[in-house]
Amino acid sequence: MRKSVLKFEYLLVGVFALLFLVVLPCLNAFPGPNSWLHVSDFTITLYGKYLCYAMLAISVDLLWGYTGLLSLGQALFFTLGGYMMGMYLMRMIGDLGQYHQQIPDFLVFLGWSTLPAFWKPFNHFAFAMLMAVLLPGVLSGIFGYLAFRSRIRGVYFSILTQALTYAACLLFFRNSLLLGGNNGFTDFKFVLGHDVRESATQRGLFVATAIALLGVYVFCKWLTTTKFGKVQRAIRDSENRVLFSGYSTANFKLFIFILAALIASLGGVLYVPQVGIINPGEMGTEKSLEAVVWVAVGGRGTLIGPVIGAFAVNAIKSWATRAYPDLWLIFLGTMFILVTIFMPKGIVGLPAQLRGLAKKIAAKMDGRNGEPKSVGVDAADTIQPAKSE
Amino acid sequence: MTATASKEVVLLLEEVNKTFDGFKAISNLTFYMDDGELRTIIGPNGAGKSTMMDIITGRTKPDSGKVEFGFRTDLTAMNEPQINRLGIGRKFQTPSIYIHHTVFENLLLSLKGPRGVFAALFSRTTSEQRDRIEAVLKTIGLSDKAEVLAGSLSHGQKQWLEIGMLLAQDPKLLLVDEPAAGMTDEETHKTGELLLSLEGKHSIIVIEHDMTFVRQIARKVTVLHQGTVLCEGSVDDVQNDERVKEVYLGRKKKH
Repeated sequence: MRKSVLKFEYLLVGVFALLFLVVLPCLNAFPGPNSWLHVSDFTITLYGKYLCYAMLAISVDLLWGYTGLLSLGQALFFTLGGYMMGMYLMRMIGDLGQYHQQIPDFLVFLGWSTLPAFWKPFNHFAFAMLMAVLLPGVLSGIFGYLAFRSRIRGVYFSILTQALTYAACLLFFRNSLLLGGNNGFTDFKFVLGHDVRESATQRGLFVATAIALLGVYVFCKWLTTTKFGKVQRAIRDSENRVLFSGYSTANFKLFIFILAALIASLGGVLYVPQVGIINPGEMGTEKSLEAVVWVAVGGRGTLIGPVIGAFAVNAIKSWATRAYPDLWLIFLGTMFILVTIFMPKGIVGLPAQLRGLAKKIAAKMDGRNGEPKSVGVDAADTIQPAKSE
Repeated sequence: MTATASKEVVLLLEEVNKTFDGFKAISNLTFYMDDGELRTIIGPNGAGKSTMMDIITGRTKPDSGKVEFGFRTDLTAMNEPQINRLGIGRKFQTPSIYIHHTVFENLLLSLKGPRGVFAALFSRTTSEQRDRIEAVLKTIGLSDKAEVLAGSLSHGQKQWLEIGMLLAQDPKLLLVDEPAAGMTDEETHKTGELLLSLEGKHSIIVIEHDMTFVRQIARKVTVLHQGTVLCEGSVDDVQNDERVKEVYLGRKKKH
């Protein structure tokens, strides 16, 4: 049973990969804009955004679904990665901004005439990428070290992560941080020498994001098969036992917390040039909560679930925010409640859940016909497929 | 101590005190145990049995007193994983196993070996490890359940699995907290035989309430009362002790 579920997952990943790496980019590039086969630039950037969100979702699930650590602050690391990329993109505007000066517009607006020292290295793409690793890595490392060493668990851990992202959000709103204040960064022109407004550039970014997501998926899949992955799930199911088996669970949790932060950051790095804007609103508390809902809807404790959830919920969001802009948060909340109560294993667990339901009904019908079948065996069967991976 | 001076002491607690919010959970507790001994600890609820386990395994730090393993190692300065790696395994009262892992994987994670993050990332299961796991499976009578998810085992089997997980670490000292709780009579008897079969290979402390079970396994019994040792001796000695009758057996009308 588990094997066939796994096979289905690989099939799904294959289809996804083919669609995002080949089909969509080709349909965007080759058929003319009037052809019914044409995929618009808008669709490409929209799906590119979803792919980035999928990485954020995997990072949430790595913590929540696999380790039992519900982080309500993963959007912080996503946004930090985005800001590092954004700083590089701001430098690539050159003097093409509104004020036609060599420094970003918002700095001119704040009365600066020369570039602050900490901005200078961001002229280099490599430095920005290094910082996109170091900043979230070090921050998650320090926070995780303190939290896990003090044995902060459960809801207290969740609250602290939420507070962390909120504090960072308030910090980034300040103009004095010299990172654009509440407007953040936007109006990008070039990335690595390519015009970001050209569809070929966006297509390239889209493919790069799809490759990155596939890489993250494969890496995490490998990770879950290692002994590390087994310890991770053991911590989720019985941390005491792990602790009393000689493992310093704090180290394991710290490692996975940093890793998840880096995956989120990678998503943020790719998000910014495609969406064209990054501001502190992205690290607002509700953004991290949304990511948790994606994982819950898709199916936590699996790697394909968060990806499906990120796409499904954001597709609904794209529609709902246009059709009923005021009701979106109510939609989101309702979805979370319904999924938690009726679909604890999310979309991924739905087939197994339906099979179980069908068997139950069949057993009941049989019972009514006066032929009680061995319900015990059926029940045992239905437990099996529900197990993730 | 004098009677067994020739043997090595594996565990030593001297003048240990622990107070929780004014409640003296452990008071002047002094306790010695020989290497290879099977010791049973009994005592009414609130006698400090679990707190004593917590202190030995590093979950709780004593306010004062000496806690040493093998007369050399001071346990009060260490945390749970460190103490475990010295060779002290603890079984909890309610089975704590990894329900989403197979029985085999449960044992694999418990096997003696490196415990670091990077060791875990690149570790491979060797054939010696497989042999060791099979041996443990045989000892705890779960050989045919190796590939079953631990969560689907019966209560008794879960308890045995957890004992197996301790054995996989090949500990010097085993602390077993109420292993027979919630078991059928047959399961209880089997558990007793399992523990007796380990006697001599490991030092074992068993905390138990069930007097039939205590009679089955007991060699030397220690009675705890109000956080201190009330008396020690054979089951008969202990049951005939007036103080014990008063504080412990007198209350046990339900048994």
